[in-house]
Amino acid sequence: MPDLLTTISLNHYVVLSAILFGIGLFGALVKRNAITVLLCIEIMLTAVMINLLAFNKFITPMDFTGQIFSIFVITVAAAEVGVGLAILIAIYRNQLTVNLDDLDWLKW
Amino acid sequence: MDINFLYDFIVAQAFYAVATVILLGALAVVFLPNIVHAVLMLAVTFIAVAGLFLLLDAPFIAAVMVFVYAGAVCLMIVFAVMLIQRRHMKLTNVFNNQLKVGGAVVALTVAVMAYFSANARWSDVSAVTAVPKDTMNFLAELLMTKYFVAFEAAAILLTMALTGAIMIAREVKANAGSTDDN
Repeated sequence: MPDLLTTISLNHYVVLSAILFGIGLFGALVKRNAITVLLCIEIMLTAVMINLLAFNKFITPMDFTGQIFSIFVITVAAAEVGVGLAILIAIYRNQLTVNLDDLDWLKW
Repeated sequence: MDINFLYDFIVAQAFYAVATVILLGALAVVFLPNIVHAVLMLAVTFIAVAGLFLLLDAPFIAAVMVFVYAGAVCLMIVFAVMLIQRRHMKLTNVFNNQLKVGGAVVALTVAVMAYFSANARWSDVSAVTAVPKDTMNFLAELLMTKYFVAFEAAAILLTMALTGAIMIAREVKANAGSTDDN
């Protein structure tokens, strides 16, 4: 099918974003190191931003809603990484580990 | 072969090249056993995503992506890795024992999402106009008029989050002294 290979439509971007979100979700579910989970959350947020910008280009090019909201996503992600890393450093000082399998003292 | 077809062809090749780099970089973040290499691959992924944003007519977001994500966020994570991981760096990025269950759940999720998004028909709602060339002026005006409250709330959020991060990261010193006395 030559159409699929030569013209890029909205569907291409949305499928790419779905696959990238899946990779991030996989990493966030199965990794043992808390920092890697933070990295994978960043990957998932990036996939969301690809979606926002793709819909901005193909559906509402004059409104700029997607671009404005991706700026807000970047802001929130930066704040989240800062607080997350501070919490991890505090946990490491108390427990000497960032292994997520050991961080279960809030259970029950 | 007219010029429009050639332009579409070049854009398509650029899209597939950038998408390959993005997906391989994200897979490397998940599967590399050394966490420093994983953070480096995350920077590669973010720079490739900035290239994708250029294809999506968002040059300002692409620049911010390189500054904030590939610059600041990756640097901050490398600092945290250096503060936290002390001993061997070799096996700092390993899997837990939910690999099969998590893989199955994610495979199902991605299959459903990709199937529906590949078959969706957005041609009914898609616009005919292109994104204006000068995106910066539109973004600046919207941020200062329509989205002004959200913009200020984001500024307050950043200030509070970074102040809180400083408080959380340095809090332990005072407590450690008091517990030593006991």
